[in-house]
Amino acid sequence: MIQSRRYFLKSCGAVIVSFSSGPVNLLAAQSQGPFGTHLSHIDPGKLDSWLAVGDDGIITACTGKCDFGQGILTAQSQLVAEELCVRVARVKLIQCDTSICPDQGTTSGSQSTPTNFNSENLALAAATAREALLNLAAKKLAEPVENLTVADGVITGTMGRHVRYEDLIGNKHFNLPLSATAKRRSAADWTVLGKPIPSLDRSTLMTGQFEFVHHVRVPGMLHGRVLRPPEMRATVARVDEQSVRNVQGLVKVVVRKDFVGVVAETQYQATLAARQLAVQWNPGPELPSQKDFFDHLQKQPAHDALSVDSQDIEARLADASSIIRARYTYPYQMHGSVGASCAVADVKPESATVCSATQSAYPTRSIVAKLLNITIDKVRVIYGRGSGCYGLNGADAVSFDAAILSQAVGKPVRLQFSRRDEMMWENLGSACTVQLRAGLARDGRIIAWDREDWVASMGNRPGYDQPGNIITGMLLGYEPELPEPRTAKSPAGKFRNQSNTVPSYFAGCIAGSCGGDGTIRSERALTHTVRSPFFTGPLRSPLRIQNTFANECFMDELCAHANADPVAFRLLHLQNSRVIGVLKAAAQAASWQARPSPKAGVSRAGIVSGRGIACVAYEGNNGYAALVAEVDVDLETGTVRPRRFVVALDCGPISNPDGLRNQIEGGILQGMSRALVEEVTWDNRRVTSVDWETYNSLYLDYDMPTVETVFVTPPDVPATGAGETAITVTPAAIGNAIFDATGARLRDLPFSPQRVKAALVESAQR
Amino acid sequence: MREKITLHVNGQQHVVEVDPETPLLFVLNDELGLRGPRFGCGMAQCGACTVIIGGQVVRSCVLPVGAVGQGEITTLEGLGTPEHPHPIQQAFIEEGAAQCGFCLSGVILTAKAVLDVNPDATDQEIRDALGGVLCRCFTHIRMLRAIRKYAEARRI
Repeated sequence: MIQSRRYFLKSCGAVIVSFSSGPVNLLAAQSQGPFGTHLSHIDPGKLDSWLAVGDDGIITACTGKCDFGQGILTAQSQLVAEELCVRVARVKLIQCDTSICPDQGTTSGSQSTPTNFNSENLALAAATAREALLNLAAKKLAEPVENLTVADGVITGTMGRHVRYEDLIGNKHFNLPLSATAKRRSAADWTVLGKPIPSLDRSTLMTGQFEFVHHVRVPGMLHGRVLRPPEMRATVARVDEQSVRNVQGLVKVVVRKDFVGVVAETQYQATLAARQLAVQWNPGPELPSQKDFFDHLQKQPAHDALSVDSQDIEARLADASSIIRARYTYPYQMHGSVGASCAVADVKPESATVCSATQSAYPTRSIVAKLLNITIDKVRVIYGRGSGCYGLNGADAVSFDAAILSQAVGKPVRLQFSRRDEMMWENLGSACTVQLRAGLARDGRIIAWDREDWVASMGNRPGYDQPGNIITGMLLGYEPELPEPRTAKSPAGKFRNQSNTVPSYFAGCIAGSCGGDGTIRSERALTHTVRSPFFTGPLRSPLRIQNTFANECFMDELCAHANADPVAFRLLHLQNSRVIGVLKAAAQAASWQARPSPKAGVSRAGIVSGRGIACVAYEGNNGYAALVAEVDVDLETGTVRPRRFVVALDCGPISNPDGLRNQIEGGILQGMSRALVEEVTWDNRRVTSVDWETYNSLYLDYDMPTVETVFVTPPDVPATGAGETAITVTPAAIGNAIFDATGARLRDLPFSPQRVKAALVESAQR
Repeated sequence: MREKITLHVNGQQHVVEVDPETPLLFVLNDELGLRGPRFGCGMAQCGACTVIIGGQVVRSCVLPVGAVGQGEITTLEGLGTPEHPHPIQQAFIEEGAAQCGFCLSGVILTAKAVLDVNPDATDQEIRDALGGVLCRCFTHIRMLRAIRKYAEARRI
């Protein structure tokens, strides 16, 4: 067997442990993690927790934000190189190892850039290190810091004398706190950041040499498989171990409450054992019908929350010259990672090591400790990249499962899910329905807008202490987070728009203080969170894409009623300069022709074309995007073909324009797949989308549209998230383009040919 | 029942002792330590496990190792190395045509195989060949651009 011990003898650990002055990080301090959640043994307030200079001149930096394909490995390496004035090749980044890296919670929510690229954390550490090195050099060269220049790790004084970083601090501690006053290098001076340098993992990826977590092999390693229940909340009645007694290489059948797994010597033997093991299950409850699911959702007891409520909606609507109403629906969708999730765990009496593709290394460490009933300081979670993850795929569950199996057999276990394990039990993107009402004044302006949404929710990321939020925890007897029914309280505090519940056109006023992006002051946004029959979780742009689909398509309906151009009409109701900036930039780049939708004189046969626009302030203030979609619609078949996307994006200073373009293109096309074909199905007992025959995705043969990306970067703004911005507006922009082309309004996602044809019939009858 | 099976992989001969019903993918990953072909679905639906055998694109997750025969197996790492990538790998490197990269065996090997047979394949023909290959990060545009770049270069 080929063994790769790299993960278990992590090179960063080797570098640091070899320091003559002793371990830099290991149990250096008991301090509170920066996210205020749990104790971490690595003090984020100390420079040595983030960064070390080796005697070979290599800068080793540790981060709690990891790369799963979004390019943050490269961008963070650029950040460290920029602040320390070295080539990227001299930076070695260690990602999300709980023995080495500070606790930065979960890599999620488009938070890596705002967290690590502004004035805190990794950016501050790198800036502190540069200042510290300059101070050391000033002493050594006997010149004031102002006289020194730095190039590629060499500090030079006015007399031409120079000193290298490694001569100053090689293999030694800085012994300094992060300096709150350390200055970032000005974006105007950047030579490494802001440049489109090729992603660092490219060559090994393209040549098949990149080590995914799936490739980790350790001595004595066995292989596991799990047997999931046939349906939600089914429980184990009986496991017949005799049924697998003839399977060669079988090591153990592991049963813990409703968790069932097998461990064998090889993957194939484990697969055979899982296939052959006879398990009787007590059935779970019947599921609500998919056909009427959104009606069902609206009738359930709900946890209600008001984002904003001006309490004058009815009065203002009474004055309106027309009132427009609509309901939008958004289905459950899947992460559907292309690789089935995998983890390797080595649980011994004295320690547990889990090599995991989780986006949440520290929280996973905490849950593993809880599930194995061992103390947290014995658990090490080491990040290894898995297949692309867009929130919460099977990576957390497979890590917990591997640890349970390894503990049961006392040997290292590699566990890989089957396709069905992955898809049937992941935390889905929530199903959601939105009901909207708005009144237009005689001059066409919106005078009041009311919206209510119903969101299905069960579970979430497990965090540090909620294992029941995903399937493994539930099988072991932990309950998931579920919404507790309650009536809404009046909105209080600062206006927030984390889930993009509130349309950009609302003034967003709470107790006289207005934080919204728009001008509409008669406003209400009420969210009903309802118990979901399936696990839900943060699928790329969680709830933001659902809400924005409804908000931006409904805005388009209002434009059409006002007989106004969709760009001009939006501008009339916006006040946030950054939303306005991207909206104008996208329209300009797309050569937008100002006119109302639908297009006049459209054909009633053949293929018709149209354009639509949508915009968003992601999470209220974490990136701004506007997207123009140009689509063809085949009136005979109902097929929608996007032909061109033009996106304008404002995410503040950009770390790597090429990496960002890659993310934006991927996001838009993923959003397009979600808009056109993706929908989880179920029958009265279970999820029936369990593989690529039963869950649709656009394959490589799809005739993809072009994507043009324009960046808008105002001066002196902080860096925001970006990877979830463009996807958020994609379904709405496509829906609006279909309306422009045909006059038919699509209010239910995905835009299947059947739905398009039905909408065409309905619009022809009007 | 374990049997001795001889495989020809990336120009080298290997003898493995495994149950001949074992999927070729598991043998490539676990016995030979190869990283190019990967387990995506185990049902030949996604292409992540793709290898080329005797010029044909094969889904190694559903092919029993005992049925491989004497054909030369080429995996993604058999095309080239980071230092000396194959021209199609070089085109993917230049175009940055990956996000997570898990699906790359299916994309690169399928495109190479179709262009080996038909160097003048049109974009439509290339896309048709990629009909069973899935990329959930949706790097489609860059991937097709890289394939086109390679196809044009090899015609010269």
